[in-house]
Amino acid sequence: MDMREQMIYTRRRFLGQGLLMASAAASVPAFVGRSASAMSERLALAGLSSLPGVPDDHVLVVCQLSGGNDGLNTVIPYAWDEYYKARPGIAVPAAQAIRIPGNEVVGLHPQMTGLKSLYDEGLAAIVQGVGYPNPNRSHFKSMDIWHTADTSGTGDGWLGRYFDAECCGYGKGESGTPEAGADAGGDGMPGIAIGRTAPLAMHGRGAKPVAFESADLFRWSGEDIHESLRGPYHEANRRGREAGLREESNASFLLRTALDAQVSSETIRKAVSSRSQVQFPNSGLARELAMVAKMIGAGIKTKVYYVNHGGFDTHSGQGGAQGRHGQLLNQYAEAMKAFYAELKKQGNDARVLTMTFSEFGRRVSQNASQGTDHGTAAPMILLGPMVNPGVLTAHPSLKDLDQGDLKYNTDFRSVYAGIVEGWLKAPSKPILQGTFKPFDIVKKA
Amino acid sequence: MRQPVSTKGTPENQRPVIHASMSPIRDADFGYEQARHLLWRAGFGGTPRQVQTLVSWGPAKSVDYLVDYREVPSEAVKADRFDKDIMRPPTAEERTQMARARRERDEEALNRLQQERQRRERLDRTQVSEMQKWWLRRMIETGRPLEERMTLFWHGHFATSYRTIENSYHMFMQNEFFRASAVGNFADLVFGIIRDPAMLAYLDNNNSRKGRPNENLARELMELFALGIGNYGEQDIKEGARALTGYTFDDDAFVFQRGNHDEGPKRILGRSGNFDGDEFVKIILEQPACASYITRKLYHTFVRDLPPLERAEDQKLPPEVRGAMRDLASTFLRARYGIAPVLKRLFLSEHFYSPAFMNEQIKSPVQLVVGAVRSLNTPVRDLSILNDALDLMGQNLMFPPSVKGWDGGRSWINTSTLYVRQNLMAFLITGKKPQGYDPSAETDRYDPMPLLEELALAEPGAERRPERVCDYLLRLTIGRAPERAMRPLVEFLGAHGDRVEPDHVRGLLLLITAMPEYQLC
Repeated sequence: MDMREQMIYTRRRFLGQGLLMASAAASVPAFVGRSASAMSERLALAGLSSLPGVPDDHVLVVCQLSGGNDGLNTVIPYAWDEYYKARPGIAVPAAQAIRIPGNEVVGLHPQMTGLKSLYDEGLAAIVQGVGYPNPNRSHFKSMDIWHTADTSGTGDGWLGRYFDAECCGYGKGESGTPEAGADAGGDGMPGIAIGRTAPLAMHGRGAKPVAFESADLFRWSGEDIHESLRGPYHEANRRGREAGLREESNASFLLRTALDAQVSSETIRKAVSSRSQVQFPNSGLARELAMVAKMIGAGIKTKVYYVNHGGFDTHSGQGGAQGRHGQLLNQYAEAMKAFYAELKKQGNDARVLTMTFSEFGRRVSQNASQGTDHGTAAPMILLGPMVNPGVLTAHPSLKDLDQGDLKYNTDFRSVYAGIVEGWLKAPSKPILQGTFKPFDIVKKA
Repeated sequence: MRQPVSTKGTPENQRPVIHASMSPIRDADFGYEQARHLLWRAGFGGTPRQVQTLVSWGPAKSVDYLVDYREVPSEAVKADRFDKDIMRPPTAEERTQMARARRERDEEALNRLQQERQRRERLDRTQVSEMQKWWLRRMIETGRPLEERMTLFWHGHFATSYRTIENSYHMFMQNEFFRASAVGNFADLVFGIIRDPAMLAYLDNNNSRKGRPNENLARELMELFALGIGNYGEQDIKEGARALTGYTFDDDAFVFQRGNHDEGPKRILGRSGNFDGDEFVKIILEQPACASYITRKLYHTFVRDLPPLERAEDQKLPPEVRGAMRDLASTFLRARYGIAPVLKRLFLSEHFYSPAFMNEQIKSPVQLVVGAVRSLNTPVRDLSILNDALDLMGQNLMFPPSVKGWDGGRSWINTSTLYVRQNLMAFLITGKKPQGYDPSAETDRYDPMPLLEELALAEPGAERRPERVCDYLLRLTIGRAPERAMRPLVEFLGAHGDRVEPDHVRGLLLLITAMPEYQLC
């Protein structure tokens, strides 16, 4: 098989899966709103969904805790006296930390009962002491490092490189050149970020993510101006092709993308307007996860979703067992609990793995304003029925510090490698641009 | 000669005509479509009157006017337009204070100093967004569109991001540097870039010294700025990095630190000597690959998308395209790296006006925004919202995604950026802000009627006939008026009786600017 053939093959395979392509478009709305089991049956019959456990079916949800989450007040190292010495005003008392069965060293923040119940169901894994060499304490820089999986914080996003390599990137049609782009346009949406802009992590060389804050933005606002505009607008944007235009021209590419946008917009807005089966709490993160659950439920073929939970830059008055930071953790835990309950009702829970990270943890010692300053290593939380549950690594020492900061014991890129290889079933080396031992996150089938 | 190239297959898949000739286009062939094409590619499009003016001038005068823009008055940039001291290095006194606080473990003083630092960083982020808006306004208002187009071109070529250097004044200095040499001499740009504080910081050359050179700048000079992959080796990077040691800056000025410079012998690209950074640049500029690398990028920007260089697929390009690129490279060499002569030859050539290239380039976000305001004459609207939209569409000025700059072409377009583009046009035309901003519409009303004045002049009465108005506005906005696109628009306009009112023309422009074809120029 020569390169060209291979490209076409990959392309076709992807088109075949793409619910959002024009050819599959007509049947899309029919799936929406049906009961979960009936829907998966239909999807399976239509050849649009595969059996749980088959890679094509896997979805990754990335949850970013922005601002630098205080890991020490998330997973509480209550067995360490040093923790209490360093944080007289904000430490969580040992008696209040939620105990983890079989673990005598760490417990969960008392506001995270939602996470505890996921843990008890075997749906949660905690990787402690995650970081990288020569930690950077700038929000922007450290975030870039996590997003690019490169300690210089430059280059494409790690998920973008995954999209590029596996579905719709450079050399696979979306290259920006007339020659190679003959069949571009129907790229579906490999990644959807809920937010104003898409995170760097999802930007590839060729693959560009889709981002919207609410599904309402994912449409033409002109039709609100006067109803008479609606008809001609849709006619112009649903042509898909035009006689006399060469398929490989940019004009044809735009006509195809415009049709895709119409269909995607309809699909997404229809999906998002459906009702959740469980009650989601009232927080920004919960709203975002509710949207993601609806899109997953509607059978949208997106591989990666990205959500954000902000406000973790707790330099002052962060609180201990109660207070501002605890509230953020509570929102996180309750939102995730509802998310997995919803997915379970849909029958999609085993298809979805959620990864939570923050750009850095915080210093071991509290500061003078009852808060904490930028630090280094912190825990990551992985959720889903297919993760290896439990507390997967030891808590970093609170005695052996590096200028007042924790020393990391797990490189975050090993966790990424575990996800790329174990969950997304792709080779991690080209995506992470280096060799990292895949962390054993996903259950063996 | 205008010979169509050989065609194969069904008429639908006929390859559109590409003229091989680089000779100047004849006056008689330079009509409305050609003038419009020139205005979009060498600038940001134009109003009907501007297009007509170029037609009446003919190609030679039009191209001279656009390229030799120094004759055109322009707003001088005041040196104190922005605060240069926000991120200045600490004074001696501040350094002493800092050292004392550290020594005495004076937490309170350290805290205060850190807070002062953070205050400055916040101020500086505000200033860089002011700068983005300043540049955007300048592009919208300038009488020298090519000057700003080329400033943007060099910004994407010698890409440097504020995100990394966190010094807005250095970004501003670099921007002014690019503007000053925009169509000047490429050699000046390369000699200048190795002295530019923003670039030196961005590619870590400020930390490169004898014994432990940093290879970043040396690599990108050859790989991205002047030669392209395959035209140098790893050893050239290592030796080139040694030549660049000691090239750094202090506050806002370039400094050559002799003590940190590696004066030893080096071998670079086949030449041996005790080279410094300037001699390294000179050797690079002597490479035959340089002229074709730069003209290829100009061609990619102004004529049509080319495959990325690393794919080395140029052999598959149509022979007319390869011929034109060779011609431009030799023009560039004959002009001793003068940029204006290359652009003039290109913009005048028959090749440039080939049907295959017309209305077949995807507008960059900047071209879309600036071009819409300039060619439709809409109000400028809130620059912050326009600036946010540029970011959403993938072209955040002064924040290119990497040292490779923006890929351009199809990478600008996906389903979500397409909506941002359509909705931004709705904002420009109606003043209705995109979702997420305060819901009050801007009150500045857009009057589209002056657009029709040229039509009324050329064909009195046509400005009141829906078919004529649709045809005319389509040719202005998307460059052609295909029958299938016309019909719904004529119906829309005709539904309001046989009068053409401003509200209806605004509605029509909303529809046209939401057509997929509006993204092309």
